[in-house]
Amino acid sequence: MGSYIPETREGRADMLDAIVLQSPEDLYAVVPEGVRCGTLDLPEGLSEMEVVARLEGLASENVRFGTVLRGAGAYRHHIPAIVRTVTSKEEFLTAYTPYQAEISQGVLQSIFEYQTQICELTGMDVSNASVYDGATAAAEAVLMLRDRRRSEVVVAETVNPDVMAVIRTYCASRDVPVVTVPAADDLGVDLDALRAAVGSATAAVYVQSPNYLGIIEDMDGVVECAHASGAKVVMGFNPISLGILRSPGEYGADVAVAEGQPLGLPLGFGGPYLGIMATTKALMRKLPGRIVGETTDAEGRRAFVLTLQAREQHIRREKASSNICSNEALCAMTASVYLAAVGPEGLAQAARLSAGHAHYLAERLGELGFALRSDRSFFNEFLTTCPVDADQLVDALARHGILAGLPTHDGILWCATELNTRADIDRAVRVLKEVCDR
Amino acid sequence: MKLLFERSVPGRKQAIFPELDVPEVAFDEGLLRQKAPRLPQMAEVDLGRHYTELAKQTHGVNDGFYPLGSCTMKYNPRVNEQVAALPGFTDIHPLQPEATVQGCLRAMHQLEGMLAEICGMDAMTLQPAAGAHGEYTGLLLIRAYHQHRGDTARTKIIVPDSAHGTNPASAVMAGFTVVAVPSNAEGGVDLDALRAAAGPDTAGLMLTNPNTLGLFDPSIVEICRIVHEAGGLCYYDGANLNAVMGHARPGDMGFDCVHVNLHKTFSTPHGGGGPGSGPVGCKEFLAPYLPGPRVVEGEDGACGFDQPEQSVGKVRSFYGNFLVAVRALAYILTLGREGIPEASASAVLNANYLAHMLAEAGYTLPYGERCMHEFVIDCGPLKAETGVSAMDVAKRLLDFGIHPPTMYFPLIVHEALMVEPTETEGRETLDEFVSMMERILDEAHTEGEKLHGAPFDCPIGRPDEVTAARKPHLRYEFGQEG
Repeated sequence: MGSYIPETREGRADMLDAIVLQSPEDLYAVVPEGVRCGTLDLPEGLSEMEVVARLEGLASENVRFGTVLRGAGAYRHHIPAIVRTVTSKEEFLTAYTPYQAEISQGVLQSIFEYQTQICELTGMDVSNASVYDGATAAAEAVLMLRDRRRSEVVVAETVNPDVMAVIRTYCASRDVPVVTVPAADDLGVDLDALRAAVGSATAAVYVQSPNYLGIIEDMDGVVECAHASGAKVVMGFNPISLGILRSPGEYGADVAVAEGQPLGLPLGFGGPYLGIMATTKALMRKLPGRIVGETTDAEGRRAFVLTLQAREQHIRREKASSNICSNEALCAMTASVYLAAVGPEGLAQAARLSAGHAHYLAERLGELGFALRSDRSFFNEFLTTCPVDADQLVDALARHGILAGLPTHDGILWCATELNTRADIDRAVRVLKEVCDR
Repeated sequence: MKLLFERSVPGRKQAIFPELDVPEVAFDEGLLRQKAPRLPQMAEVDLGRHYTELAKQTHGVNDGFYPLGSCTMKYNPRVNEQVAALPGFTDIHPLQPEATVQGCLRAMHQLEGMLAEICGMDAMTLQPAAGAHGEYTGLLLIRAYHQHRGDTARTKIIVPDSAHGTNPASAVMAGFTVVAVPSNAEGGVDLDALRAAAGPDTAGLMLTNPNTLGLFDPSIVEICRIVHEAGGLCYYDGANLNAVMGHARPGDMGFDCVHVNLHKTFSTPHGGGGPGSGPVGCKEFLAPYLPGPRVVEGEDGACGFDQPEQSVGKVRSFYGNFLVAVRALAYILTLGREGIPEASASAVLNANYLAHMLAEAGYTLPYGERCMHEFVIDCGPLKAETGVSAMDVAKRLLDFGIHPPTMYFPLIVHEALMVEPTETEGRETLDEFVSMMERILDEAHTEGEKLHGAPFDCPIGRPDEVTAARKPHLRYEFGQEG
């Protein structure tokens, strides 16, 4: 059996002696007999060597695809080497939330830098230190915008279905009505239906762009429609796309939220990911979660601290803006290192490559009869028809080490990033052609 | 030290991405951003050194003793990091066909089974991303249970006054109102107050046992009985599970659902504030309400996803912080059935040893020397005598390379220092801590004034938090760079 207890059995016996106890059992004298458990039904402990073998065995039961043409909320991007080097530093890895600022300036400064980068990326004024993921960011955002007069939220059905599900859960528990707005035929949110849905009780309108099916939404139309009724706009975005595409701030959004995973985090079967959340100065004190601020010490030296804590659960208890405390700090640092490593030009290049590869893929697929389902602009994801059986297509590509697009909406939702090079796409298309010709 | 933006030099860059190998997409002008983000422009060497410098100004478990009460800052084993970095886990898309993710599903299924066994529960979900998220999820189960029975008058959650701040905040997020019950003189739940609070409007009770004073409530069975008889359910906040795992199970105490913190009890790193993971377990009768999808094992041994019929819905995208779960699985496999109770017993031994030695040294322990995995020092008497507060003691510890205990919590002890040594510290570390605490006591009596200025040997002195909150400065303002 393995153990991480440094003290020997003899050493522990001496310590028991020092506190005048006979046996380890005496430590639990206060626990009533009736609730003590016998030996747990767990396997015997293992050595490090055996644990590695066991976990390697499990990892080998998964299939790693050489080519991934699937996104739908999780994106395989290149991760610069320095990202992992930095985030595996044990000081960052093994620290707790930076409550003691004097010995946590490293973590605090890195969060302040992250907040600044997110403000720059989104065009917003204020960012928090992160929430759990993109879905909880969207849910927290719509809830934070409620006030006495406005208690409803309006959500486009074109958003990621997991995000919609989490918004529904969070809103249901606070008895907040969720009004949904369908897509128009062109797969963008139906602006007429949106106009009809937004009213004097609407606190927030949530729209994601590019949306779940890849379409770049008419955010000018969404913002105009929401603001005309006095409702606020929460805009979901893809952080890589903001290397070239218009930012939430430039559209006039009130809150910007995103799944931050594309910024240097591996697919990791769904987590840990990163909830990005930024807003305007006016809404700063409604923002949930940790926020780092700059101040000085008594000698006037620059110092960073957790601040605006009057919003938070450990001070406000039941009056807090959210219950969140642990967030995704190391994932935020990952995103921050990523953004610093690629720089403004690198981020734009990642966006250009992703969009370019996706459009090239769409064109090649079109030649095989996989027709685009919308003529609207898209970034790096798009929905096509599927002229063959979708399951057979997925299986056939899998046999060649290719993860196909996701079968959904009676078609296939494809995705490309900078990793899907032209040669990679050409090879996938050759395999697809064989499937279609069969 | 300089910020990334102050190190940035226009034109510096790293060759991360290749040139375009396909035509560039010509987006409409109206879709393009007008103002480029002012991200840092840096060479790799400068970026690497920046973070090395930041790391030097960060104190982790690997840098020294970290007795931060209720946070269970135990050692984070290296092998856990190694297995969580296996490409067979990191490079797996969450929406791959089930047949291609059997290793991930099996890892989740195994961990769920082991956690359920440790907690005395029947079913688990790994979806919640942190402890507070787990609390919220558990309370949603309680809410769904009452609603499905048509028992809609149950709107209140009872929370002891010694509870973590997340408990009442989570209750409100889950749509409940909060009723606080006081602690008795021994630090446990005041049973008369609980009886008075429990009634037809009671949805449930949230309790940490041992509580934030480090005390196991000997009346635990009676507490659960009172709540159950009133028609409520009992929620176990697993923040302090490290005291009792392998010795007593929340399920056997009478609790109906629990959350555990993989980043506390099960040794996964805190990462400076996350990612954590807060799996939720429940008894069979609550299982239909769990968030979906759930991992199930078929008769053929293959694992797959299943959607619970009356699920409360999703609380997070996909399936939770999977790579954190992999680390916890490696930890439980390492310790096994003997190692789990041995770890908790050693955590309790270390806490009792430290409590005894600090009492000997002259510190006040308001609830006596016997405790579970943590205990609370009351610096009230010290402050009355010397003017030196819990804050001053904590800040002075920083000079000795020790992370201070949790300050001013629980709220029921006004000058509290809450100490949790964990099992992964040897006796000499504890003895050294005691000698530092003796020295501070000495300083308090001889040069107490000086301690108000501690720390003296850190990169900064005490920051001005009042100004930080009054005039929030939450991002770098460009134009300051040289």
